[in-house]
Amino acid sequence: MKYILLIYQNPATWETFSEEERNRVMVDVDEIMQELTQSGEWVGGEGLADPSNTKTVRVRDGVPAVTDGPFVESKEQLAGYCIVECETPERATEIAARWPDARYWAMEVRPIMEPGGEEM
Amino acid sequence: MSTAPAVEDLLRELAPQVLGALVRRYGHFDACEDAVQEALLAATVQWPDQGLPQNPRGWLITVASRRVTDQLRSDQARRRREDVTAALAPRDESEASDRDDTLTLLFLCCHPALSPASQLALTLRAVGGLTSAQIANAFLVPEATMAQRISRAKQRIKATGIPFEMPPEPERADRLRVVLHVLYLVFNEGYTATSGPHLHRTELTGEAIRLTRVVHQLLPEDGEVTGLLALMLLTDARRPARTRTDGSLVPLEEQDRSSWDREAIREGVALITSSLEHAPIGPYQLQAAIAAVHDEATTAADTDWREILGLYDLLERLAPNPMVTLNRAVAVAMVRGPNAALELLDTLDSDDRLADHYRLAAVRAHLLEKAGDRDAALSGYQEAARRTTSIPERRYLESRAARLRDSQER
Repeated sequence: MKYILLIYQNPATWETFSEEERNRVMVDVDEIMQELTQSGEWVGGEGLADPSNTKTVRVRDGVPAVTDGPFVESKEQLAGYCIVECETPERATEIAARWPDARYWAMEVRPIMEPGGEEM
Repeated sequence: MSTAPAVEDLLRELAPQVLGALVRRYGHFDACEDAVQEALLAATVQWPDQGLPQNPRGWLITVASRRVTDQLRSDQARRRREDVTAALAPRDESEASDRDDTLTLLFLCCHPALSPASQLALTLRAVGGLTSAQIANAFLVPEATMAQRISRAKQRIKATGIPFEMPPEPERADRLRVVLHVLYLVFNEGYTATSGPHLHRTELTGEAIRLTRVVHQLLPEDGEVTGLLALMLLTDARRPARTRTDGSLVPLEEQDRSSWDREAIREGVALITSSLEHAPIGPYQLQAAIAAVHDEATTAADTDWREILGLYDLLERLAPNPMVTLNRAVAVAMVRGPNAALELLDTLDSDDRLADHYRLAAVRAHLLEKAGDRDAALSGYQEAARRTTSIPERRYLESRAARLRDSQER
């Protein structure tokens, strides 16, 4: 089963981090990514640019409107994601708990839809 | 890969035999497995061009042996250990050229020390002769992820010193069960795939059937091997009817039975009939027998549900499992009516393994619809649609819900 782990961050808090704290986060991320790659659970993932670079697009009556800033206004914003494939949902939450952002903000774990289906 | 199908079939059949011969000669499963993949690749390039060698198996063994000795030599040079010749001396000179190591190899790839994901990947590569890229494609993960699972499995085999030999007799039945389960998972992975962009996944059903057929040829007396092969054939026979061209699922009772594969049904029925007569009964045989009853009914209305219910009763006694109970409930509904089946489902609500499963909600909704309780059926379908993680299942459940909602509004 594949899961997406959505990484939430508060950019304002991140800016107040010391060099040491930021490095700690980076080191932890490298470590868990390496572990997941070696275990064959890592499927993919990316980090996102600061939310201030976001454009939100809406089409109303066929007319697109593009606004600056994220769709959901919130202090915490999506900062990246990773996709893992693991044996159990418990393992997916265990991985999320290891992600450093979970210590400060939160990780969201969601199953990814599969293209196949069972006969009913 | 655009290799001629005949060449590809031959290579896939020879792959485990060549690997077995190499491992017997040199040990070093991991190095031998890489060498065999390289030899297979060389053959797919050269054979269609230059024609088949006189002895294809011998050709592959020679090419792979050269690679493996080169590899072992360079490993040894790096480590500067003792004289190369000692390690390269063939271990088993008695190797008979017609010895089939496929079964030994299957036991090794499905060793319980490996994770299920690794068992699947390694089986398809080492026994099935597929490349990491092909396996990754079928399982919808990047090639790097699949390659890592395979190399991790090989490292684990090396680290735990799992020998290349048949498991000792007392363990053999349990170990065979793991092998069959891996083949069943490969089949299922391909069978649940629907049409559209993921069509290559369906090749996994063909591969699972091919490998199970090989095991059946090697162990013709084993009832569960026969049962699994029959189950795969009888299930796969319905594939042309189970999805529409847009990928949506067609439930069994609405399938166009004229498009079922008659030849596969004939073979599956013959296999399961003979195994039920000669071998001790087991869960795969019972599931195959149930599939046979469905496949032999000319119309959905002709289905012998009493027979199916009897088989589910046996299956539940032999291998109790909430999913079996859930399927039995469908048969109970057909024989004794939806209310009896709904009572049976209530007993499953407290089972943690199933309580949140979409299928429990889906079956309940279906039974409630049959019982005439439309409101409850509607919310059941909606609940099931929210719980499933499969796109075609969600579409199917949403359309059942929509059908009920529309008929209520009228």
